[in-house]
Amino acid sequence: MLGGFLWLAASMYRNTLENLRTRGIGSGFGFLRSEAGFRIGEVTGLPLPQGGFLYFLLSLAAGLLLSRLVARRLAPGRGGPLPGKGLAACLALSVGLPLLVLYAFRHSVEIVRYSESSSYLVALATGLANTFKVAALGCAGSTVLGLLVALGRLSPNWLLGTLCRWYVELNRNLPVLLQLFFWYFIVLRGLPGVAQSIDLGGWLVLNNRGLFLPALVPREGAWLFCGAVAAALCGVWVVLRRSRRMWEETGRPGRRALPGALLLLGLPALAWLAGGTPFSLDFPVLQGFNYKGGTGLTPEFTALVVGLTVYISAFNAEIIRAGIESVSRGQREAARALAMNERQVMRVVILPQAMRVIVPPLTSEYLAVVKNSSLAVGIGYPDFVSVGGTILNQSGQAVEIVGIWMGVFLCISLCISFCMNVYNARIALVER
Amino acid sequence: MAVDIPDRLPPATSVGVLGWVRRNLLCPWYNALLSAATAFLIAKAAAPFWNWAVTNATITLDPAVAKRHTGAAWGFIREMWPVFMTGIYPAEERWRPLLALCAVLAVAGLTCVRRLRGAGWLRALWLTTPVLVFACIRGGGITGLPEVGTHYWGGLMLTLLLSVVAMVAAFPVSVLLALGRTSDMPVARPFCVAYIELVRGVPLITILFMASVVLPLFLPSDLDLDKVLRAMAGITMFFSAYLAENIRGGLQGLSRGQYEAADALGMGYWTKMRVVILPQALRIVIPPMVNNFIGILKDTSLVGIVGLVDLLQVAFATTSNPKWFGRLAEAYTFIAFWYWVLCYGLSGCSRYLERRIPSAGK
Repeated sequence: MLGGFLWLAASMYRNTLENLRTRGIGSGFGFLRSEAGFRIGEVTGLPLPQGGFLYFLLSLAAGLLLSRLVARRLAPGRGGPLPGKGLAACLALSVGLPLLVLYAFRHSVEIVRYSESSSYLVALATGLANTFKVAALGCAGSTVLGLLVALGRLSPNWLLGTLCRWYVELNRNLPVLLQLFFWYFIVLRGLPGVAQSIDLGGWLVLNNRGLFLPALVPREGAWLFCGAVAAALCGVWVVLRRSRRMWEETGRPGRRALPGALLLLGLPALAWLAGGTPFSLDFPVLQGFNYKGGTGLTPEFTALVVGLTVYISAFNAEIIRAGIESVSRGQREAARALAMNERQVMRVVILPQAMRVIVPPLTSEYLAVVKNSSLAVGIGYPDFVSVGGTILNQSGQAVEIVGIWMGVFLCISLCISFCMNVYNARIALVER
Repeated sequence: MAVDIPDRLPPATSVGVLGWVRRNLLCPWYNALLSAATAFLIAKAAAPFWNWAVTNATITLDPAVAKRHTGAAWGFIREMWPVFMTGIYPAEERWRPLLALCAVLAVAGLTCVRRLRGAGWLRALWLTTPVLVFACIRGGGITGLPEVGTHYWGGLMLTLLLSVVAMVAAFPVSVLLALGRTSDMPVARPFCVAYIELVRGVPLITILFMASVVLPLFLPSDLDLDKVLRAMAGITMFFSAYLAENIRGGLQGLSRGQYEAADALGMGYWTKMRVVILPQALRIVIPPMVNNFIGILKDTSLVGIVGLVDLLQVAFATTSNPKWFGRLAEAYTFIAFWYWVLCYGLSGCSRYLERRIPSAGK
């Protein structure tokens, strides 16, 4: 059997070499350096891994490693909570240090934007960045929408429950490509033209050229402001931890509302005062035949994100509903018997148990979002697969391109699985 | 002395229609608000669709008349529906796919008769049907029918053929993969794990590209697979990995006692699997396998991207016809109807089987 398998592999290899020779296609990844020459409709800037950005990455890795070491050293026993000072040190190392480095080297961060004279490698990276953009928005959107639909199905209101049920049945029984075509060709193409666009005072402009939103333009104080926001968030986290610890030790929570609010509002306000206005808003304005300025989202991007979000949200809704229903009635009744109110029942008793059921299938839905974002090729959004397909047609390097696709998607899948497994391990039932 | 108190009926507002409305829609007060908001939403979304699909719609075959109405032109579907069903299959030969469909339905109907189940001739019929269907649709050779090459296949027929063939072909592969993954053979196990994880980690579209662009490179240059066959190979490769994981679930769902009892009877590996393990394991995983089939049915719509004209791509083919130019909305509604009916029916079937087949845990 093994011999037959080896023979098959060897003959496939021989065939490939012969076929490539007769078609005059070279092999190897050297073609990635040659000029691409085609246009990409939506270009995302890529920070080059050299100069400032490289230092930032290095300091991020070093900070995470060091804080891990500090945590190991300071934590009493395995997995115990960190003392306050250790935590502060860890936060400073893993968040403060990279931000500081980024600020110090901010003038040497090189951002490359794809143009027709860029190489195939940059084209692929741009496609990958576009894929990430779609996938991140799709994951977040489908979770929120799925949660809302699941709550609707669980509500005692019959009308809302029925509506949500048919939303799920409709969406999960139709192919996702059909839904993408529907959003792209029927909904977005059916929108009014530029002259009659739906305009909410510049905050949202919708026409058949896409969706336009105001853009944030960073100014002098932006760096300081972002740093202050990050510091404030870390501070709030520390405050919440402290309050929770006090609750567990003494039975009454420590103060959290006032210090939290002070941190969250005070630090950014101080940064605002010190560095001046951090951002200015750039509104889209009608100029000539199209809107200029602001953040323009192409119809392809909008259709892809909306279509994926709606499709996956149906599955997520079922997962979340099944998770919440899997917690037995006795748990809820026992919690009520302990005089918990409805919010506490949900937060302390139901959700932690439901999350154990929800997280594993939710992981595979997130993977499905990333994989289904490759359907962008059907509506012409330049994602990783679509750009790769163009390169494949131009250069004929089929084996290499398909290899790159598979390798990259495998890496993404493994990364998402890894992160969700870590999260799952944290919330999983601790058995003796 | 006991006084007979006549039974009082519950108040009219807590029973019957009124009671139901009160309980489910109006109480407490925020529920009433929620009902009103939902009703508004439904009316807002459904009314334009109703107007488009029914009130303002026409079913005339004359595009000039249809153009004067703002609603749907169902005459387009009336004229084009054979194309939606079979693609560009020659019009005078369309009876052949229909005959094949009737034959499959007849055999399936015979299987449903309880008394005939398990009869030898029925099994033989099931084994010969795929060959007959293929011969009938393709023609040529000894059948004496004019040959219709696979590049003429399309529409719902192609979608169904692709998904059924992929399911049937993926089944034995996935049983082997699942057995390999649960076994402790030195080479086969890592190979199966690697195959399953690799395929499950990448999107179907990359596998279809691989099947249509890279597979011809792997084969000897004189062997020419046609497009439909390549797509079938790709979908089969993709789904055998997913199916294998389901079957592995079934294999692991059996209690250890079954394996040990078979070992105690001195059965070899293959006898143990064939006689004891697989019949039970496969029975548990029938409902998830039906769900898998729904997945295949939906995902065959991707073959359009590598150049086949399946049910979804027929929309573009028919609406680029100058007579009915740009009637995409009607085409998509019709296509969505078919996909929805098939998938919803299958998921109902899966729920029914789930109730009938006792799972191993119970």
